[in-house]
Amino acid sequence: MTYRPSTRQQERIAYRRGRAVRSVLLAAASTAVVGLGLAFGITGAPGWERVKESFFDPETAVEYLPQILEGLLLNLKLLVVCATCALTLGLLVAVLRTLRGPVFFPVRALATGYTYSFRGLPLIIVIYLFAFGIPGLRLQGTPDVLVLGAAAIIVTYGAYLAEVFRAGIESVHPSQIAAARSLGLSYRQAMRHVVLPQAVRRVAPPLLNDTVALQKDVGLISLAGPIDAIRAAQIGVAQDADFTPYIVAGVLFVLLALPLISVTDWVTLRAARRQNAGT
Amino acid sequence: MLLECRDVRKVFGDHVILDGLTLDVAEHEVVALIGASGSGKSTLLRCVNLLTEIDDGTITLDGDEITDPRADPDAVRQRIGLVFQSYNLFPHMTVLDNITLAPVRVHKKPLKDAREQALQWLDRVGLADRSDAYPDRLSGGQQQRVAIVRALVNSPRLLLLDEVTSALDPELVGEVLSMIRDLKGEGMTMVLATHEMGFAKQVADRVAFLDGGRVLEQGPPEQVLGDPVEARTRQFLARIIEAGRL
Repeated sequence: MTYRPSTRQQERIAYRRGRAVRSVLLAAASTAVVGLGLAFGITGAPGWERVKESFFDPETAVEYLPQILEGLLLNLKLLVVCATCALTLGLLVAVLRTLRGPVFFPVRALATGYTYSFRGLPLIIVIYLFAFGIPGLRLQGTPDVLVLGAAAIIVTYGAYLAEVFRAGIESVHPSQIAAARSLGLSYRQAMRHVVLPQAVRRVAPPLLNDTVALQKDVGLISLAGPIDAIRAAQIGVAQDADFTPYIVAGVLFVLLALPLISVTDWVTLRAARRQNAGT
Repeated sequence: MLLECRDVRKVFGDHVILDGLTLDVAEHEVVALIGASGSGKSTLLRCVNLLTEIDDGTITLDGDEITDPRADPDAVRQRIGLVFQSYNLFPHMTVLDNITLAPVRVHKKPLKDAREQALQWLDRVGLADRSDAYPDRLSGGQQQRVAIVRALVNSPRLLLLDEVTSALDPELVGEVLSMIRDLKGEGMTMVLATHEMGFAKQVADRVAFLDGGRVLEQGPPEQVLGDPVEARTRQFLARIIEAGRL
């Protein structure tokens, strides 16, 4: 005989369905109210016409789009290089900070000092120091300002990422190291095959989140001179006394961030599911 | 003697865990350590495997002093297997990878041979079909059997078992115990800390009762568990019987 829900269960299902319909309707109504309120509030403001002209001018937007896109390509390249290097640097520093034994004291001290100072230093100051300070030394073979600016970003973000990696390493239970060592693995092997894979998996969501932040901050390199999307927009603003190029650059940055943000959300969700699946 | 512990002392802060403990284990012998929680059973096993540094005394394995600070702990641990109460499998690796990690990385065995050997072992303990599963898909009893296999593929001279059935549901204890019984049949030298008095009686050649960081009484299981000499041992066993575990 096939299963048929009891009358009581059918009542329950009908009731729950009713509640679900009601909450969808409520959500739609409240969204409409908020949306209309915002639209009237902004477009009804006394200065709206002027703001529309100087921030949302379609002609200016079209005029400067190619330059800004060209600049964005530089941002994208910088993002890939900086993210790769900063992640590598962060992982290295995090591992150095976990080393035990007196021999490694200077290494540990240096790594600790690095994460403390570069997490405190504003990125803008580091960029100025690297991009204008280092060429000022007049050493032979000083690299391009672009490379120096990228190095400033890598060094600053490396300090943040090192702390994220370290938190991950410390979150792996000591019994895992004990198990690895009991099998005869050396400290290095235990770190490489047992601790780090688990640590990196666990901190993947915050690492990706920092990468999203990094993708905006690579724009600060324009302070040192290279023409990225923000600098290109700034040039446009200065020429036409119209802020629209900034809005164009802003929209492009958001579009650039979207894929990375959705990957971050997906990884976070997956990590949460794995965590709930049991130990 | 395969293993000789002489006057071993271990202190955590003000707390004396091992207070001049002396214990010998002969080759092919199975010794069960019993005693209340905190009597030093687990600590002793961790000291033998050099996961915990002792504060005095000596431990020798095959005549080599392994507590010599110049001894290489990695090399010592390659000769001793340790199985933990909470299995401690590596959650990011499949069953097969858990087992082959040490043979491949430490003993430099070709991956193919290591896998073959691991599969043979898994087949023996009835887990061949779970070789590609991750530990969180296995029952506690299955995880513990994998953990024992993981220790055995390194062909240790000595196997230490630290309360290997304490975290298991009662109906899963049997499968792990029968595996240990088989190992005894093959002549594996084992030291096991346990709360399973019935099992200690069946499998151990000798039972050692730990109290206050020393071996207070030791001898054949029938004698120590059936007719103990020391008052403390009698008290301990009375409590165990009261709890319905003997």
